[in-house]
Amino acid sequence: MTEHYLVLAAILFAIGGLGVLIRRNVIVILMSVELMLNAVNVTFVALARQHGSMDGQVIVFFVLTVAAAEVAVGLAIILMNFAQRKTINADEIRLLRG
Amino acid sequence: METELLRWIVLLPLLGFFAGVFAARTNRPELARFTGPAVVLAAFVVVLISVGRLWSLPADGALVDKMFTWIEAGPLSIDFTFRIDRLTSVMLLIITGVGSLIHLYSLGYMDHEPDVARFFAYLNLFVSSMLILVLADSLPVLFIGWEGVGLCSYLLIGFWYKDMNNADAGQKAMIANRVGDAAFLIGMFLLFWSLAQVGTASLNLQSINEQAPLLAEKLPWVPTVVCLLLLIGATGKSAQIPLYVWLPDAMAGPTPVSALIHAATMVTAGVYMIARLSFLYVEAPGAMDVVATIGALTCLFAATMAIVQDDLKKVLAYSTVSQIGYMILGVGVGAFAAGIFHLMMHAFFKALLFLCAGAVMHALHGEIRMSHMGGLGSKMPITAKTFLIAAMAIAGVPGFAAFFSKDMILEAAFVSGHTLQWALGLIGAGFTGFYVFRGYFRTFTGESRLDPEVAAHVHEMPRVMTVPLMILAVLSIVGGWIGLPFGLLWGDAIGHYLSPSLATPHGHHGHPTTGTLLFLMTLATAVALFGIWWAWTLYAKSPQLLETVYARTRGVYTVLWNRYWVDELYDTLIVDPYKRTSRFFWKGVDAVFIDGLVNGVGAVVTWNAGVWRRLQSGNVSHYALGMLAGAVLLAGATWLVLQN
Repeated sequence: MTEHYLVLAAILFAIGGLGVLIRRNVIVILMSVELMLNAVNVTFVALARQHGSMDGQVIVFFVLTVAAAEVAVGLAIILMNFAQRKTINADEIRLLRG
Repeated sequence: METELLRWIVLLPLLGFFAGVFAARTNRPELARFTGPAVVLAAFVVVLISVGRLWSLPADGALVDKMFTWIEAGPLSIDFTFRIDRLTSVMLLIITGVGSLIHLYSLGYMDHEPDVARFFAYLNLFVSSMLILVLADSLPVLFIGWEGVGLCSYLLIGFWYKDMNNADAGQKAMIANRVGDAAFLIGMFLLFWSLAQVGTASLNLQSINEQAPLLAEKLPWVPTVVCLLLLIGATGKSAQIPLYVWLPDAMAGPTPVSALIHAATMVTAGVYMIARLSFLYVEAPGAMDVVATIGALTCLFAATMAIVQDDLKKVLAYSTVSQIGYMILGVGVGAFAAGIFHLMMHAFFKALLFLCAGAVMHALHGEIRMSHMGGLGSKMPITAKTFLIAAMAIAGVPGFAAFFSKDMILEAAFVSGHTLQWALGLIGAGFTGFYVFRGYFRTFTGESRLDPEVAAHVHEMPRVMTVPLMILAVLSIVGGWIGLPFGLLWGDAIGHYLSPSLATPHGHHGHPTTGTLLFLMTLATAVALFGIWWAWTLYAKSPQLLETVYARTRGVYTVLWNRYWVDELYDTLIVDPYKRTSRFFWKGVDAVFIDGLVNGVGAVVTWNAGVWRRLQSGNVSHYALGMLAGAVLLAGATWLVLQN
């Protein structure tokens, strides 16, 4: 049974990763990151159930907490950036260009 | 005998220096015009008191003032101590006595000079340094004075520094002296090292003189080498061949400076130093011969250059070089007392000659070319008469100063077997008579060649300038009487007086007969009088002869007028190669190699960074892709490792 969960998680992770790489809308990128995080969460829960251990389940709570904090910070950055540059296109935000 | 009096001899002029600096900073020339001469006069009084005390001691007694221990390192211990013995007492009297007169004269001479405070400050500092030099009880302390007088010489030659030529002349003096000073230092170190090998490591002058025989016995090569190195130091300071070139240029300074520093005191430092270390020098007969030869050569060589100069001060400058040559000849043949005697006489008559030249220059608003003078005797009677007295004194007219002192040196040279050196000195005496009387006749007698505008303003100098002239004139006449020949009256008083401070050369040649001495004296006087007569013939009696003489001796004249091209020779041999080498190191090594290396490193880094910076696109998705690729690679590698 576990394999199904892991395959689902892999598919979700791949979709999320592709979203991060391909999409240009910063908000969509952030959502894709969330998708990747949740794919990992699914993996944790599935394996925790298989091994009969609570460790994986606990880690999921931590991941959720960190993800919430990350979204808060990420959205704040996006907001400030929009206020200054009137854009949420990732290609136009390239201050670190060498 | 211990006394705290001696330090004030040095401190008084030093205080004068600080007062002068203060006066110059706060623009109070009147303050310096008072303190400048006053402190030197006060020092003269202290010297008189100290010398009075010295005379109450036994002949080999000395006054000592130990202030503090200056350097203490291992076996080296140098006290900052002043010491007066008979040799020092003579030097002190000359420095402060003649120095006071020149300071007084300067009051008149520098009357219109706005920067007079700076002038007196330097002059005081000079007197103070010179006093340290002669009062020093050890070589390092002596060296402080030695360097101090060099510094003041530089400062005063370049006193009117706004004219580049004066500043250059100051630098030339400094550099020529540096060469000598380096040798002096090496000699001092070698002496210390060798004394540590054979006896007590010390740089105390008494200790050196006491240990000289021991040193000569254990390390026979050391006294010769040390004496030669110190001699190089002396040739720098005392303007002898080969380092004399700075002195004629030093005439760029104010005339009282030429009188005090470049005639009466500083340039005699080398003679004093050799006399002070006479016990070491007598242990190195080879070095003594070199000293005598350099002295004799310089004395004739400089005298020949003096006879064609048009600049009155330059005549006197070459004359100074020549006269110091006599002193060096004197100490070189072992007649140390005669050398010091001539030093003293020279201080009188040469200071007087310079001060007279200064008076002429002052009256003529800076004109110093004799071709633009003539007939000044009637307008400046005191100056003319005192110049004549000084001229007779330097030429060695019987009864005048140099008649006794120069004769004593030539006699000693002949008697000790230095016949060649004696002959050079004798010929030099003829040239001396010629050049100094040429100067007198060209300046004070005959037709006036003055610019009419200048001629209208010619006047005798004020009292403050003429009185020092008269005092020096009297000294130029009677000064020589302290060293009479043949045991007349009090005989060779100066020689007896100095003998406890000075060494006697080994292998003394015994006493010559009175007949020999009389012959030598007559010969020297005849040669000198011939020089004077020749000058009188050419420049006073029948000037029309001049043209003939010029025509006949054009070649010689050209050589002399160009001063044997020695300056040009030094430029070609030393200055130009030095400049070229410096230029090579600047343009070649520094600008190309060093700068190339430094800039090259920077360029490589910049180019490298230019290549790699393209990786930073600033595009978030690129970074993300990089991270993903990295993660995949890492995962793949882990998987491969786990498989095996």
